[in-house]
Amino acid sequence: MALQAIAFYILAAATLGSGLLVISARNPVHSVLFLIAAFFSAAGLFVLLGAEFLAMILVVVYVGAVAVLFLFVVMMLDIDFSALRAGFSRYLPVGAVVATILVVEMVAVSVGVAQRGAAAGAVPLAPTSVTNAEAIGRVLYTDYVYFFQAAGMILLVAMIGAIVLTLRHRAGVRRQNILDQTARTPAAGMRIVQIKSGEGLNP
Amino acid sequence: MIIGLAHYLSVAAILFTIGVLGIFVNRKNVIIILMSIELILLAVNINLVSFSVYLHQVTGQIYAMFVLTVAAAEAAVGLAILVTYFRNRGDIAVDGVNVMKG
Repeated sequence: MALQAIAFYILAAATLGSGLLVISARNPVHSVLFLIAAFFSAAGLFVLLGAEFLAMILVVVYVGAVAVLFLFVVMMLDIDFSALRAGFSRYLPVGAVVATILVVEMVAVSVGVAQRGAAAGAVPLAPTSVTNAEAIGRVLYTDYVYFFQAAGMILLVAMIGAIVLTLRHRAGVRRQNILDQTARTPAAGMRIVQIKSGEGLNP
Repeated sequence: MIIGLAHYLSVAAILFTIGVLGIFVNRKNVIIILMSIELILLAVNINLVSFSVYLHQVTGQIYAMFVLTVAAAEAAVGLAILVTYFRNRGDIAVDGVNVMKG
């Protein structure tokens, strides 16, 4: 149990510290890297809770896809990021006040719910013969199969939307036209000329 | 000391607040705002998973998966809008976004 507590405090501190650095780092590339660290630590918390499947999904989807997308966009756009930080110190005091109120309220509610709510005194789900992934799959593909399909549709729409938003056809850019290339015949591509001796070719 | 539900919920609450604070203090930088939204959704996921484990209901983890899906879609579309906006204006300061109004 003590080992679990140590692991929890290390992972929680890493998650929250990385989260703070995400919003306060000067360089947005560092922000993205701290975001990756936060997701990794949160995945560790999920493993500690016994939700291994979701932890792996978090690493694959967030670190493998979303964070790399962020990194790609941050590096692709040529932006003066120091100008964008102009209001940081101006908004910090009022933001800190609001954040303090919010965190006190939410922690109070959390502790109250944990002690008196439906899950009061409950022990975490003990490991059974059914693995976490199997338990999720049994419910996901039966009771929630339509929601699962809808999630796929959302991803499809997001993919098409992102492509439509960013695709552009610039004028004056030569593109390869495979159909034109393969439809080219010897008759269209060359001509045979009889050249008289001593005259040369007049094009 | 036994780690209970309250610990996980507190971590989620603090992470949520960090996300909100990030939106507050980086009002001009859309990229940081998008990352703060990701942090908020991560906090929501921690909440869902910890309740799922302590209530012995796997439904919460499925809901967390759907939240993850929507977060990925949101990040993709948000960054696409950001790239288009950058092409049109040459910067990403949110102050000028009202030029998009009709």
